[in-house]
Amino acid sequence: MSTVATPDKSGNAPDTSAHGRTEAGRSAAPPARKKSGTGRITLGWWVLTVLIGIWCLFPVFSILATSFKTPSDLSNGRLLPTSWSTVNYEEIFVGGSRELFLTALRNSVGISVIATVVAVVLATLCAYAIARLDFPGKRLVLTVSLMVSMFPVISLVTPLFNVWRTIGLYDTWLGLIIPYLSLTLPISIWTLAAFFKQIPWELDQAAQVDGATPLQAFRKVIVPLAAPGVFTTAIIAFFIAWNDFVYGISLTSTETARPVPAALAFFTGASQFESPTGAISAAAIIVTIPIVLLVLFFQKQIVAGLTNGAVKG
Amino acid sequence: MSTVSAPERASGRRRVRSARAKSEARLGMMLAAPAFLIMLFVVLYPIVQAVWDSLFSFRLTAPADKEFVGLKNYGTILTDPVFWSDLGVTLLITVVTVAVELVLGFLLALVMHHAIKSTKGLVRTMILVPYGIITVVSAFAWFYMFSIDSGYMNSWLSWLPGVDANLNWFAQGSTALFVIMLSEIWKTTPFISLLLLSGLAQVPGDLTEAAAVDGATRWQRLTRVILPNMKAAIMVAVLFRAMDAFRIFDAIFIMTNGAYGTEALSLLAYRTSIGRLEIGLGSAVSVILFLCVALMAFIAVKGFKVDLADRGGNQ
Repeated sequence: MSTVATPDKSGNAPDTSAHGRTEAGRSAAPPARKKSGTGRITLGWWVLTVLIGIWCLFPVFSILATSFKTPSDLSNGRLLPTSWSTVNYEEIFVGGSRELFLTALRNSVGISVIATVVAVVLATLCAYAIARLDFPGKRLVLTVSLMVSMFPVISLVTPLFNVWRTIGLYDTWLGLIIPYLSLTLPISIWTLAAFFKQIPWELDQAAQVDGATPLQAFRKVIVPLAAPGVFTTAIIAFFIAWNDFVYGISLTSTETARPVPAALAFFTGASQFESPTGAISAAAIIVTIPIVLLVLFFQKQIVAGLTNGAVKG
Repeated sequence: MSTVSAPERASGRRRVRSARAKSEARLGMMLAAPAFLIMLFVVLYPIVQAVWDSLFSFRLTAPADKEFVGLKNYGTILTDPVFWSDLGVTLLITVVTVAVELVLGFLLALVMHHAIKSTKGLVRTMILVPYGIITVVSAFAWFYMFSIDSGYMNSWLSWLPGVDANLNWFAQGSTALFVIMLSEIWKTTPFISLLLLSGLAQVPGDLTEAAAVDGATRWQRLTRVILPNMKAAIMVAVLFRAMDAFRIFDAIFIMTNGAYGTEALSLLAYRTSIGRLEIGLGSAVSVILFLCVALMAFIAVKGFKVDLADRGGNQ
């Protein structure tokens, strides 16, 4: 590093940082080529973007196409249906799988939202303390949440299965919400602690100098500043809760609490001899819609949340 | 006069500050306690319970026969070839998916880092779709794509040697594992690429520029400047994904349910305790799985000096 920072270079340094990091990588292209080849470079980026798009969206499109195939059309050996049919959506919304799917959807939404809200509220308090206050055990909290987030879920399932059956939490919403917290709490604490560290310290201190108690400073100054981070964290935590499968199939036995991912594994066809492929595809598309909407509207925040909570020191 | 009052004032201030520090510490612990205690409760308590249960011969179908057997369950598992085969499958999936994802994820991160403005947002939005999608949905999507009944990959790939209309991808281990890994790679590459992207953003721009001025080629800048500066980010990404890959469950459960030698350790634990209600034996598998993941973390942190606390924590 020291060999690079010649006096001449350091003079230019503020300029470099002001122009942002995107420039740094492309500086490879000499200025002359940039002028003549801008169109070609733009085209190249678009080609690359389309390729990435195909890779990212193809499986979603594939199951979307499957969801519009009639049972007899499933084996047509092609990606697209011969004729687009909504029979599978009718099956899960008004047909034989209605009870199974709609109950599971209600369970999934309810359990995931509650697990997200509880985790985010608790993590907000915890992350505020980690980012702003000096207290013993701060490192311990971060270490434990890191360990919890890396824990193999299946290792918790056996003891929970046994205990939940004894105390009556098996196959209930609460019986899933509690273990879901092991998924949503750690990531919420890490993401929020990272967000909170970027909030200007001085405002919180200024409020305390002006006579506010630490709690008032928290409520009136930090909360409004922190709201975007809290919201982003909630989205990420929701994704994780929404995604759960292991707890869902292990700690439920009926429709009372079984969430959608687990219910998909138990789908049966309209008749005993009919494959549930179409109905599963349609249900899969329905539960993917909220994900796609959240991603479309909050792409920037989600990326910031994931990368903030990650390697950034 | 001022010479007398100065120390007095200072000590007074110190007293105020220490009282303040004490109340701050108390508030800090109060705010952190609920989240901390819940995490301990939902993880520490079950794992202690699992360790305890693993020392018993205990089936839910015959609860009266519960009997302390010490480490016998571990002996049963470690001498069973099924366990070693499952461990092998788990390791294979972990190594292959993490290696492929590291390369793909790094390429994606490079694209996102350097992309022109008009495509940058689009790329980020698109890669978040696999990230956010339910793993089970991803598994079904890839399963139906390759399935002999409802798939079309056999006709799309018929130009490949060995692929024809009668190929059942899920009837032998090799092809089934291929699709399982494909689904995992598709689903989790975005996460690794975002971790690498934030590592990429931390490489000082003037370093790469200086290297370019000094005449370094693109490749040299990548291998001599960018990668060494991202080492910490790469290690964290690999560790996180490896531990995540090691507990693979959903995709295998959906596609083969562990048949044809595709069973991973998580499925063995599930099958033993939830499927066969052998709580003692299942707990022992769970504990072994946990120890494997803990060992991976330990090796990474001690052996490779991965500083996980760098992850947004105390700095």
